[in-house]
Amino acid sequence: MKTRLQRLLPLAGAALLYGVILLLMATKVLPRSYQQMLPTICTYIIMAVSLNLVVGFLGDLSLGHAAFYAVGAYVGGMILRYLTAIPFGVRVIVAIAAAAAVAFVIGGAFLYFVRKLHGDYLAIVTLAFGEFVRSIVKIIPGTGGSAGLTDIPTIAAGAFPIKYIKAFSWSYVIMVISIFLIVNLIRSRHGRAIMAVRDNSIAAASVGINVSRCRIVTFAIAALFAGIAGVLYAANTAAVNPADFDYNVSIEVLVMVVLGGMGNIGGSIIATIILVALPKVLLDAAQYRLLIYAIALIAMMMLNANPRFTAFKRRVSEKTSKFVKSLGRGRD
Amino acid sequence: MKRVLAKLISVCLTLLMVLPMLAGCGSSSEEIIIGSIGPLTGGAATYGNSVKNGMQIAVDEINAAGGINGVKLKLEFMDDENDASKAKTAFENLMDKGMDVLVGCVTSVPSVAINDLVLEEGILQITPSASQKEAAQNPNSFRLCFTDPLQGTTMAEYAYNTLGYRKAAVVYNQDDSYSTGILETFRARFTELGGTVVVEAPFSNTTEDFSAHVTKIQDTDADYVLLPFYNDMAAKFLTAASAKSLALPLIGSDGMDGILNYLQGEDAKLAEGLIYLTPFIASDPDEKVQQFVATYTERHGDAPDQFAADGYDCVYVIKAAMEKAGVTSNDIDNEALVAAMHEITVDGLTGSVSFDENGEPLKGAKFAKIEDGKYVAVQG
Repeated sequence: MKTRLQRLLPLAGAALLYGVILLLMATKVLPRSYQQMLPTICTYIIMAVSLNLVVGFLGDLSLGHAAFYAVGAYVGGMILRYLTAIPFGVRVIVAIAAAAAVAFVIGGAFLYFVRKLHGDYLAIVTLAFGEFVRSIVKIIPGTGGSAGLTDIPTIAAGAFPIKYIKAFSWSYVIMVISIFLIVNLIRSRHGRAIMAVRDNSIAAASVGINVSRCRIVTFAIAALFAGIAGVLYAANTAAVNPADFDYNVSIEVLVMVVLGGMGNIGGSIIATIILVALPKVLLDAAQYRLLIYAIALIAMMMLNANPRFTAFKRRVSEKTSKFVKSLGRGRD
Repeated sequence: MKRVLAKLISVCLTLLMVLPMLAGCGSSSEEIIIGSIGPLTGGAATYGNSVKNGMQIAVDEINAAGGINGVKLKLEFMDDENDASKAKTAFENLMDKGMDVLVGCVTSVPSVAINDLVLEEGILQITPSASQKEAAQNPNSFRLCFTDPLQGTTMAEYAYNTLGYRKAAVVYNQDDSYSTGILETFRARFTELGGTVVVEAPFSNTTEDFSAHVTKIQDTDADYVLLPFYNDMAAKFLTAASAKSLALPLIGSDGMDGILNYLQGEDAKLAEGLIYLTPFIASDPDEKVQQFVATYTERHGDAPDQFAADGYDCVYVIKAAMEKAGVTSNDIDNEALVAAMHEITVDGLTGSVSFDENGEPLKGAKFAKIEDGKYVAVQG
């Protein structure tokens, strides 16, 4: 069994990483374009990790994760924009709570209605649901229609580099909390139930797991975190537009999950960082950018499937965990 | 062996992360850097590429003539794929490169998205072609093209005063703020002048067949039809209008420019007689225009559109403002430069332009007509 200290070690690591990045930002060692990218990376990490819950751990294919991202962005964006009586810091937290709740309910309700569908059929319905949400927000009053919701008060306010430090701090803290909650969920009894449903749903049902309920709740939880990511997006960019949530976003996040390895949280995080940073790093390559991006993606997928690389990854992770264990023992 | 490979990979990855950072730090040249952001890839790519090509011609001309007070210009153009968040990344990238003034964004949504970032930096911003009202609302942001609302007013006055029409039928795209924006101000101005809008027929982004719209117009006693939407949809409308032999005169907004790209060969006849508002016509006999058209055609193989002309004019507007503000190095006093923008008048390809206190352009509108499958300037 792990000691409590060992469990908290990753959080200590996260705090250390935060300190290092903050130092790089404050001293402007990190160029502006990279600083601007950091909150986006945090947002996408929440998206990828929460989608991994559905695709990797539950074993259902979803092509509509952007739908809940949109729900969160609009609910959060409208609260930030219109409820100006509440002080800003509190408003962000209210927005996150409300968006999480709405996304949770919509995600759960959606899967409740299509709970009989599996595999490719579910994938197509989720794809349609994504487009459905995008069209419906256009006719809800207060969303700004097809021109989008603008003038959202932003967490990235102030002069450089203060604005990015603020935006990054909000995003990073919420990201760490989200990952922490999701990892704990997976390690819990419920997490084992989720994986049992993935591995063999008949066997899972035979030992008393309510398969439908398990799927609905897992999907709703994934939607909840996508909703939180949506609020971060809205609060970061200060403007949301229905066009920001088309199926390409869902596919992009799915690629991150697949590249990182289904059912592998750490992999999702690393893949997200690479895939968000890559287009930015390639921005100077002008017209060859999209070509290089595509080739890099293919190369990474092939490398990932290579047995020697897999063995290499396993060795690294074993060494790391051995190191972490020794660290925990040393302080115990 | 495997250990060596692992080390090699980690070194490569580290270099990949570190090298671009170093690249971002070394911008201590003597040039004035004009940054620009627009779509070079994706659905709106023609707009960004046109602006970029137009700007490059202007920058080369100015540099060949000795620059601005002896200081050379350098154009840095970044792709935003017509996407708000990519435009922000592009903006920060340009700031890393030491951008001094910004021409952009080319399209409205990205333009609105980066407005406040530019305001914080205080540098001069001039958008060549973002027509949404909010795209130039800050004190340091200017606009070269007409706004959507201004187009509506201009077209109402032209139809009522110049052409003498009294009853308008309007077909518009209800999904597009460009289209609805023009409609609103057009309706207000046209009614104010004494005309009536007899029918308003909305369509959506997914509309393929316009026969119902044409029938609806034919049931009224309209004098003419106003088409404030983009050329791809207009091509579909013209096909239906011809099938139902609609005989009314047609007037379009500046989104109509390039309509003939959608109507090749025999189909070009469908657009015969169509009039539309535009800031720039390549067949304009004006000497400057013809020189620009010749250079552009030589470099890129086809004739420039209004976006290329807008980009070209933006660079000359910046030149005029810098000369007015007495800029002699790339260490620029932004406040003086912004102040100078309000004092200059530039005689450009898209007409003579000066800027009002809100940074909006003061310039006359031009109308083009399609005759024998060609764009021709309408005189007067």
